Amino acid sequence: MSATDATTSARTATSDRPGASGAVGPYDRVEVELTVNGVPRAAFVPPRRLLSDFIRHDLELTGTHVGCEHGVCGACTVLLDGQPIRSCLALAVAVDGRELTTIEGLAGPDGELHPVQQGFQDHHGLQCGFCTPGFVLSACGFLAEDPDPDEDTIREGMAGNLCRCTGYAGILQAVKQAAGVLRETGADPCARHAGRAADGAVAAGPESGR
Amino acid sequence: MKPPPFAYHAPRTVDGVLAALAELGDEGKVLAGGQSLVPMLNMRLAQPEALVDLSRVDGLDAIEVTDTHVRVEARVTHERLRRDPRVTPAVPLLRQALDWVAHPVIRNRGTSVGSIVHADPAAELPAVLGLLGGHMELRRVDGSREVAGRDYLLSPLDSDTAPEELAVAAVFPRPSAHTGSSFLELARRHGDYALAGVGAVVRLDEDRRLVSAEVACIGVGGVPVYVGLTEALRGQPHDALDLADAVGLVRAAIDPSDDIHATGAYRTHLTGVLAERALTQATAHATHEEIAA
Ligand SMILES: Cc1cc2nc3c(=O)[nH]c(=O)nc-3n(C[C@H](O)[C@H](O)[C@H](O)COP(=O)(O)OP(=O)(O)OC[C@H]3O[C@@H](n4cnc5c(N)ncnc54)[C@H](O)[C@@H]3O)c2cc1C
Ligand code: FES
Ligand code: FES
Repeated sequence: MSATDATTSARTATSDRPGASGAVGPYDRVEVELTVNGVPRAAFVPPRRLLSDFIRHDLELTGTHVGCEHGVCGACTVLLDGQPIRSCLALAVAVDGRELTTIEGLAGPDGELHPVQQGFQDHHGLQCGFCTPGFVLSACGFLAEDPDPDEDTIREGMAGNLCRCTGYAGILQAVKQAAGVLRETGADPCARHAGRAADGAVAAGPESGR
Repeated sequence: MKPPPFAYHAPRTVDGVLAALAELGDEGKVLAGGQSLVPMLNMRLAQPEALVDLSRVDGLDAIEVTDTHVRVEARVTHERLRRDPRVTPAVPLLRQALDWVAHPVIRNRGTSVGSIVHADPAAELPAVLGLLGGHMELRRVDGSREVAGRDYLLSPLDSDTAPEELAVAAVFPRPSAHTGSSFLELARRHGDYALAGVGAVVRLDEDRRLVSAEVACIGVGGVPVYVGLTEALRGQPHDALDLADAVGLVRAAIDPSDDIHATGAYRTHLTGVLAERALTQATAHATHEEIAA
């Protein structure tokens, strides 16, 4: 459902924000507003709405995948304020007001792939692709912390994500290549790719939440 | 699966949290990082009427490093504690253990205090708190108390925390001079809960002979198993340790059961191997020698 369907919402003033001291009832819907890939997005949801479902069902951004829903597989990984987190282990109401980056927010405005995405393509880091959004965003967060990792560190950094297809070798190569490219360009691994016109003609600005 | 319905409280102050917990009693549950509670909600292993979220509380996020201790408040995440440059020199065992706690992405949200309250039998930090002789600070509307780390875990997933209590902080004492420590474990995948793990603390005298030694074993009992090894090891020189007796004592102190991940016999064997290595590393650490991780 989308925000406009949420006619039952009781949000009338700031005191109805999920963060306000009053409790939100189990069946109440509150407005949750996030900046998603640079674009403000909002929907009315009950407290039990997982962030993963908020992203997929309420915002209709289906690039974020859901595998296990208990934190083990990593498919649902997104960036919250630039840090990778499991979206299946966060409540939407609890992250109201914050900034989110999903897999849709990485490619450049001209569609050019982010260096991590490019690495996955170049090294066959995906087959069915189910795990890929989570791997890519985990890798972005990992490279932001450790821009020059060796192979062991990459293994350890990526160990929180499961892939049933590739056997991981291509994924490790992809992350290694991306690390090199990002070091060279000095780009923030967690930001939207600046695109071909990285000379400044095309800004890495918000394009679309989709 | 999805969580069952619950009411949601997000107080701005500690007093607001305490008031909500007092009012809700058995029906309420604290939500910290959610890295253990949300999986339990998703699997419907927990069905609280209401959650009291700490994420909007003003405060509760300090890491205090003093001459005597490191005090970690309830909202401090594993990853923040791990990266704080003041923590490792003060209490090296914290960093040694935190490197094993979950995956980085989980550590970004999960809190250190929450992992102690949660009391998973394979969690590292409850064992660290116990081994160092630390304590928990608990608060409720009408008072506060401290509970020693060793007494705080009661049984698997059960700590000495009343429903209306908030665990405000965990306090880890600094080790005394000539003390070394180590934490080792084995998991099928780095970052998952361990099949077994061992934390070790060793103290040497001026001549670099052992004066005390103790290990805490995780994943092999309902709560961490502490094994005092001072009797077995006292007087041994740091560079010629004979750990056979100590390893025997460790293996005799535990009785892990079989599960889908490993047999009890394998875990017993593994714990002995880990104890031997951890004691060796802790001794080397105590002499301030370089050790390979
Ligand atoms: C895939 C995966 C792997 C993991 N591996 C490990 C591991 O190897 N080692 C490890 O130690 N942990 C591991 N964890 C768990 C992780 O460390 C959790 O962060 C931690 O156990 C709980 O902390 P939390 O802040 O997320 O608490 P929550 O999930 O929010 O809460 C857990 C429980 O503690 C209670 N609680 C939390 N804080 C307080 C408080 N301040 N006062 C009173 N009650 C409170 C809650 O009510 C709840 O019952 C793993 C988790 C996942 C998903
Ligand atoms: S769906 Fe979130 S970790 Fe598997
Ligand atoms: S590509 Fe299929 S699960 Fe990873």
